[in-house]
This record gives sequence, C-alpha cells and structure tokens, in this order.
Amino acid sequence: MFESILVYGLVASAILLLISLGFSITFGLSGIANLSYGGIYLSAGYLTWYLINVLQFPLFAAALTSVTLMAILGALIYRILIIRVRGNIMNEVVVTFALGLATMELFRFLGFGGYGFSLPSVASGGIRILGQAIGFQRLLIIGVAILVALLLWYFTRRTKTGLALLGMAQDEYTALSLGIDSDWSATYSCAIGAAITALAAVLIFPLGVIAIDEGYKVLIRMMAVTVLGGLESTKGLVLACIILGYFQVTVSNLASPRWTEAVFLGAILFVLAFRPSGLIGQSKELEERV
Amino acid sequence: MKIKKGYRKERLDRGIKARVDDVFAISSYREIMYLAMPRTLFIIFLLLLPLSGSITGPYWQGVIIITCIIALLTLSWTFMYSVGLISLGHAVFFGIGAYIAGWLSSSLNLSPLITIPLAALSGAVLGALLLYPVLRLRGIYFALITFALPLFMMRLIEATGCLGGTAGLSGLHAFPSRLFASYLVIFVLLFVLFGYLKIMDSDFGLVLRAIRDSDLSVHAAGINVPLFKAQALFIGALPATFAGAFLTHYYRFVGMTAFALEYSIFPITSAVIGGTGLFPGAVLGAFILTPLSESLRAFGTLRIAIYSLLLVLFIVRLPEGLFSFIQKKYFQFERWVPLERKDDNAK
Repeated sequence: MFESILVYGLVASAILLLISLGFSITFGLSGIANLSYGGIYLSAGYLTWYLINVLQFPLFAAALTSVTLMAILGALIYRILIIRVRGNIMNEVVVTFALGLATMELFRFLGFGGYGFSLPSVASGGIRILGQAIGFQRLLIIGVAILVALLLWYFTRRTKTGLALLGMAQDEYTALSLGIDSDWSATYSCAIGAAITALAAVLIFPLGVIAIDEGYKVLIRMMAVTVLGGLESTKGLVLACIILGYFQVTVSNLASPRWTEAVFLGAILFVLAFRPSGLIGQSKELEERV
Repeated sequence: MKIKKGYRKERLDRGIKARVDDVFAISSYREIMYLAMPRTLFIIFLLLLPLSGSITGPYWQGVIIITCIIALLTLSWTFMYSVGLISLGHAVFFGIGAYIAGWLSSSLNLSPLITIPLAALSGAVLGALLLYPVLRLRGIYFALITFALPLFMMRLIEATGCLGGTAGLSGLHAFPSRLFASYLVIFVLLFVLFGYLKIMDSDFGLVLRAIRDSDLSVHAAGINVPLFKAQALFIGALPATFAGAFLTHYYRFVGMTAFALEYSIFPITSAVIGGTGLFPGAVLGAFILTPLSESLRAFGTLRIAIYSLLLVLFIVRLPEGLFSFIQKKYFQFERWVPLERKDDNAK
C-alpha cells in the first residue's frame, strides 16, 4: 500500500506538473489567466487522434504537428481575441473561459469522446519499481515533466528572449521603456503555454480515453495547482504538484476515487482562504493579490 | 458605417435630454413622458406578460418564468460586478438557494411561501460566509474560486450522497397556480431591478462603486473594504438564491443540475449582451437571450457553445452592450457636419 502510494503519487505529481506548466507560464510571463487551455488540451488530443487514425501519420509526427499547430493557435487566440481586451481582467477571463467552453461543448455536440477515442502509447511495457508495476508511458511523463520544467527555468532565466519576457512580467512599463514589445511577449507566452498544454495532452491521453470531461478536469487541476503553488513561483508550483499528487493518490487509495475531484477544489478554496499568496509566496506577490 | 467625404459625424444630446437633465423642475408632459415612458412601458409590458397565456400557450408561459429567473441571476451577477467581484460560477448561489428550499420543503414539509424567503435569506448569508475569506483577494482570484465552487458542491453531493445524492429531492410542494408563480417572480424582478438602481444611487452604492474603481483608495479612506464587499455579496446573492428556491418549487424537484454550468454562463452572457454593469441592460440581455435559447433547445449541448461564441463576439465587437447602444440613440442624435477648412478660419 505504502509503496503504491509512493510510486503512483510521483506519477500523479508529474501529470499535474505537466498540465499546469502551460497555464502557469502564460500567467507568470504576461499576467493573462488563459482559461481556454482546457479546450486547447482537448483539441490537441483530438487533432492527434485525427492525424494518426485518419491521415495515418506516425505517432511522433502527429504529436509534433499538433503541438506546433496548438502553439500557433495559442498565438492566434492572443492576436485575434485577447489583444482586444487586454488589461481588462474581467473581459480577459470571460473571453478565454467562453472560448474554452465553446471548444469543449462543440466537441461534445459533434459526438467526440468515449471509448472509440484513445491515443497509442509511445512505449508499451513497463518495469517494477519498489515492487510496483509501472508502465513506460508513465515513466516518460515523469521524465518529460521534469525536462520541460528545467527547460522553462533555463529559458526564462538564462536566455535573452526569456529574460525579456520575465522583465515584462515584473514591470510592464519599465520593460516597455527598454524596448520590449508587450504584445509580442504576450503572444510568445500564449504560444508557449498552448504548446506545453498540447504536449501534456499527447502524453497523458494514452493513459485513458479522450473524454470531454477531461477538458474540465484539466482546467480545474491547472487552476488548483497554480493557486496552491502561488503564481509566478516555479518552486511553489512543483511543491504544489507533489502535495496535490500524493494527496490525490492517498485519498483515492484510502477512501474512494470519487473524492479526488473534491480534493482539488477543496485545495483551491482552502489555500485562497488561508494563504492567498500560495504556499511559498513572497510579500510582493501578496501585495499584488490582496 | 458609411463615411461621407468632407463631413464628420457629430453626436449631441437631444434638447429634451439636456432640459430634463439641467432644469430640475419638469415643466411639461412631454418631458415627464420622456423621462418616465421607458420604464413605465417596461413595467406594463412585464405585468401584461402572464396574461398572454391564452394566446401563447402553457409552454411559453414557462419560458416567461425562466426568462425572469435568468434576469434575476443576471441582475445578481451585475451587482457583484459593479463592486468588482467577477463571478464565473453563479450557479453556486442558485444551487444553495435551490437545495435549502428543497431540504426545507421535503424534511420540514413547509409551504413555498415560507421556504422561499427563508432559503433566499439563509442562502445569501451562507454564500457570503463561504466567500468571505476570498474577498480580500483582487482580480482573477475571486473568479477562479467562484468557478471552482459549484463544481465542488456538485462533487460533494455526489460523493457524500447527502440531500438526495445524485437522484435529488423530488415531489416537493408546488405553487398554488402558474399565474401566481408568474406574478411572484415578476414582482420580485421589478423590486430587485429598481431596488438595485436605488442602492447604487445611495451613499452605500457610492462606496461600492469606489471599491470597484480603486479598492486601495477606499481602504486609504479608512473604510473597511472586506465588510462592504461582504454586504455587497449578501445583497448580490439574494436574487440568485431566490431564483434557485423559486425554481425548485416550480419544478417540484431539486437535483445536482442546480449547480450546472448553464446557470453560471447564462448570467454572464446576458450581462455582456445587455451591457456589462448596467442593471436595465442585464434585464434586456436576459429577455433577448432566454427566449432565443428556448428556441435553440433542439441543439442540446451546442447551446452552451453558441452562448460562449456569442459572448466572445459581443465582448470583442460590441463591448458596451445593446442597452448602451439603445440609450445612446434615445438620448442623443447624430448628424453630419462639414469639416472645417483652413481658409474658413482665415476669413
């Protein structure tokens, strides 16, 4: 029991990290709470499914194509829609929320979802760790999640473009005066966020079937993790993923899987109520949030 | 819009608008009519609606009631919006009201006339208490938490199986008659609409509007911002909890659908269509959207997709909403005036 929680908690944490990195990076770099990523996640899943099953793409080509297309879509969403309402928080939130909702409900209407729709795993088979059987797909998710997190850290801290984006996030007017284009940096951040979300979809959907409700689940999860970890804090994000991941696995092992959704929503409520700046939030962030 | 060469468009207040604005004493019937006619016509229209049942049939009578319910939800959403609280999950207030009324009716066997006010009041208190800890937060945090709340409630009821669980509570007390129900909801709608307008005109409303514009300045003025926000939350939640309680008795059933996404997305769409932040606009939006949605019922879940796209379209293309557009036409006129030339000034 204990080993099972230990191993599968790690898998759950990695899944959460992969899901939430996209949302978190967009918010961290441009301050846009892009709630349309639930729709992007589903779209990436169905696009990959379509490319593989109808157009007969090989798996890697299909994955690459859908991640690229979703990055372009993310950028387009910013250039066409969000750019017109930028700065007005209510409109930003409502537009992206409505867009995500429209995507998901459109898929539901078109009759997608259910047992006919699933993606193939990159690698079948598995090994045993601590006496627990674990598939290669899950190991791959752990690896990719860590890799993407490290790459993002490197990108935002060590490269010129990344530093420019970070500067934009820290103080828009100062960054503007140094010649950094606000709209382009926001476009980049939306594209990167959408690409990571699409990557998450391609890697995580093989574990189950592509269902419409996955989109809503993912949206709630990414919000729960980001809120718990404190926005703009990468360390906090990882910590939140580990806490929620293990919590989720423990609850579904000890009580019932029915409770897992309540765990996430409860975490959002609890953290926002008692630690509004997240787990390891800074006073500066607190000032912005309160 | 067509552009006339050598001319520019000018928009000016109508003479009568300037007179009723500036001259405090209203001197003629025409001016009184100009001021009072729109709202009088609206009230008469609402009061006559239920009587049209013999022409339109029982189905559209039901639609009228649903329309008023959505209008109440939209008013409630707009009130919170005008304090700077953006709710993405208005279903939580609706659902709380619905479940309290359902529980009171099924376990204590009370009549709707007692359960509805009780459920509306206690539901609004509960909603305000539930969200009180979040009120210190600004920006998207309130939106995020309100989005999560109805889903959380749904999961909670599903997981614990209390309050009827997934099956819901059925066989509740009904209203004496449909006509009674229609008039009840219409009177409440009028009361809430004009009450909210009154509140926003008062000193209390001034503080609320100031909080939306800059809560830090209000804080600096020595006013307890969370307390005012909590009061606003209570007042804002009242119509939503009433709507929930009312619909519970109207359908004689309450289930997990009371927390459904539709009750969250409807008010936002109506508000945006009518004009975000305007109370008459909220009612206008609901009266356009709900009958439209009833005629789209055949499309099933596509309806939510349609509303969402409508929402995006309106925010991007007509962000001020329909009501502001109509208001502009009513108060102002437009005309083409020739562009001034340099040599005109020289003469």
